Amino acid sequence: MLKQIEGSRGVAEAVALCRPEVICAYPISPQTHIVEACGELVKSGELENCEYINVESEFAALSVAIGASAAGARSYTATASQGLLFMAEAVYNAAGLGLPIVMTIGNRAIGAPINIWNDHSDAMSMRDAGWIQLYAETNQEAADLHIQAFRLAERLSCPVMVCMDGFILTHAYEGIDIPDQAEVDAFLPPFVPQQVLDPADPYSIGAMVGPEAFTEVRYLAHDKQIQALEVIPEIQSAFEEQFGRDSGGLFHTHHCDGAATIVVTMGSLAGTLKDAVDELAEEGPRVGVLTLSCYRPFPKAELREALKKAKRIIVVEKCLATGFGGIVSTDLRMALQGMELIVKTVVAGLGGRPVTRPALKSMLRRALKGELADLHFLDLNRGMVDRELANQRKGIATGPTAENLLKDVAIHGTGA
Amino acid sequence: MHETKLQNLSEQQKVKFYQKGTFTVGNRLVDAETRSVQASDARSNAITSGHRACQGCGEALGARYALDAAMRAARNQLIAVNATGCLEVFSTPYPETSWQLPWMHSLFGNAPAVATGVAAAMRVKGRKDVRVVAQGGDGGTTDIGFGCLSGMFERNDDVLYVCYDNEAYMNTGVQRSSATPPAARTATTPAVGDKPGNVFGTGKNVPLIALAHNIPYVATASVANLHDLERKVTKAMEMEGSRYIHIFVPCPLGWGSAAEATIHVARLASESGLFPLWEAEHGEIIATLPIRRKVQVEAYLKTQRRFAHLFKPERDEVRIAALQRMADHNIKRFNLVREEKETAI
Ligand SMILES: Cc1ncc(C[n+]2csc(CCOP(=O)(O)OP(=O)(O)O)c2C)c(N)n1
Ligand code: SF4
Ligand SMILES: [Mg+2]
Repeated sequence: MLKQIEGSRGVAEAVALCRPEVICAYPISPQTHIVEACGELVKSGELENCEYINVESEFAALSVAIGASAAGARSYTATASQGLLFMAEAVYNAAGLGLPIVMTIGNRAIGAPINIWNDHSDAMSMRDAGWIQLYAETNQEAADLHIQAFRLAERLSCPVMVCMDGFILTHAYEGIDIPDQAEVDAFLPPFVPQQVLDPADPYSIGAMVGPEAFTEVRYLAHDKQIQALEVIPEIQSAFEEQFGRDSGGLFHTHHCDGAATIVVTMGSLAGTLKDAVDELAEEGPRVGVLTLSCYRPFPKAELREALKKAKRIIVVEKCLATGFGGIVSTDLRMALQGMELIVKTVVAGLGGRPVTRPALKSMLRRALKGELADLHFLDLNRGMVDRELANQRKGIATGPTAENLLKDVAIHGTGA
Repeated sequence: MHETKLQNLSEQQKVKFYQKGTFTVGNRLVDAETRSVQASDARSNAITSGHRACQGCGEALGARYALDAAMRAARNQLIAVNATGCLEVFSTPYPETSWQLPWMHSLFGNAPAVATGVAAAMRVKGRKDVRVVAQGGDGGTTDIGFGCLSGMFERNDDVLYVCYDNEAYMNTGVQRSSATPPAARTATTPAVGDKPGNVFGTGKNVPLIALAHNIPYVATASVANLHDLERKVTKAMEMEGSRYIHIFVPCPLGWGSAAEATIHVARLASESGLFPLWEAEHGEIIATLPIRRKVQVEAYLKTQRRFAHLFKPERDEVRIAALQRMADHNIKRFNLVREEKETAI
């Protein structure tokens, strides 16, 4: 049924349709509305047969989900930013144990400086933890991806993170088609765990593994992710058949056929980018947009195929490997090794900095003229940075950088 | 060689085949009802032999008694969650495992939360018959897992949490935890300088903190009194909600005590008043176990090399007296020394 609702509500309703048996809740913006809505659905009786547990930290949230999942219950939680870091140890643990937990990330920057707004730093920090990472472009896709995520997680016995942009998606009201319970039941079979704590068949889970088998354990975790590259498109087709909507998969393309320049991105930014390239098409050659839905596993071969005719790739990413540059673009460069094309990194939208169509268009114009640096910070306020660098050259005790910059904003505004 | 001579144990622990006159109540002398779970052929051997604990490990002994009692009470419908630590490591050198019940280890600091999850799963699946026990060392319980433990208590999740207190981080090589007693030598509180060993802080009494959560049941227990330990576990298992049992388990390796002296050392800890044995229901202490033959803390301290610097090169009267004051305070607070007639056998 089409509903005009907040993205968080849409996700909560989609999750509820998946009949989770244990939901662990801990607040952190911009994810909070999701667990709030889940709580309401449980308390009101709309979601039956579900334990909703208010925990004392994100570390506990995921740990409760770990215990519940190991005991055979379909388990769900959601977090963001500092919360994801706070549970980091459990994030690796859940994957190492092969527990098919589904977790929403309402993507948000990581402090200090504390910042509640959107970028992808949080999920990126866990990219190697062994979770499958899916990124939603729209709220419809966010809702759909959760329904797919449970099926994917349980099929492979591997946890799945569904990433959706904080505020931009979590707090946006738009039309979301929420499927019927019967349809979801037909799509998502009951959870049959690969391993379960059961007094009738006792075994030990979580034993120490030494050098004799650790590499093999990790190899198989990697192999599981490689299998996911086949399973994800299968689930995407099954979903389309059931619900009549193309959601998820490995990536989406927009006018990539025949385009010499293709912009690669993830999440909600794709919408703005597609508008920007469509507008640019009136001025010159077509620029394509490729939106990654699946970041882990990284669909290397599929991307090589999709990008094989391109000459220039521009990765617009909402994250930064400090001291190095891009993260998604680095993965992409590795994937495209040996191909004759150039890959540029554009870091954009950090800590909620709006990524506007004019800014994207002017960046793309420069890129098309070959004027873009390998690593470009979209909309960087150069004056602000230079003034602080000059300040820092005065000596050591120049005060806290973030606060100095805020003072600078007060004096010079954000334009200079 | 030991810096301090251990008390002559062979003298003290002469095996008496006829147990009258000792504090050990042989099973032969008690009726079938009160015989220990361990004495029964039907015990589950939840943690079976062949594990890799050190000789005389109090934790291995405590876990065996606690889990077998819990298994009996739960009619073998029990799931265990274990924090990282000696118990976890020595019991599961895979492909060997000592556990005869479904058992899970996740992390060092999350055992209470994982157990909450298991209990939630059982509830949602309508398996009221399946009970959950979580266990960890003092480090996993009083330090790194403390937040999760308090959360589990506060929600009154249906889990029995058992802490095996050997008063330090043993698995990593004997470092100080918040349960390490003052003056004790550990690898991070070495016996050097003018105040050798651990600081005299304010202490962190997790059983009392558990009590302050008003959970249905809290008890302290000791491997020196295995009947009492089994009884407390059995009682805890008959209740629902969060329950906490804190068991005193000497660690010969970390404490520098003789492997054969584990029970003796544990008994002295309680008989000196340093480790009082009590139980509480819903925030009220309902019983304490009286000291039967009171000893000075010195008798306890001298059994362990971790306290050797209190006696050599010269006696540290000030700090021995401070430890005695702690014991005396416990005796008063928990009314551990009763009327003569009660303490006689
Ligand atoms: C987060 C984390 N920090 C530190 C460790 C290292 N570590 C493993 S076991 C252990 C000591 C356990 O001490 P305790 O809980 O008292 O149990 P014991 O070994 O004494 O029985 C430590 C510090 C770890 N595994 N995880
Ligand atoms: S170090 Fe101590 S706690 Fe660990 S196995 Fe040995 S005796 Fe037991
Ligand atoms: Mg310990």
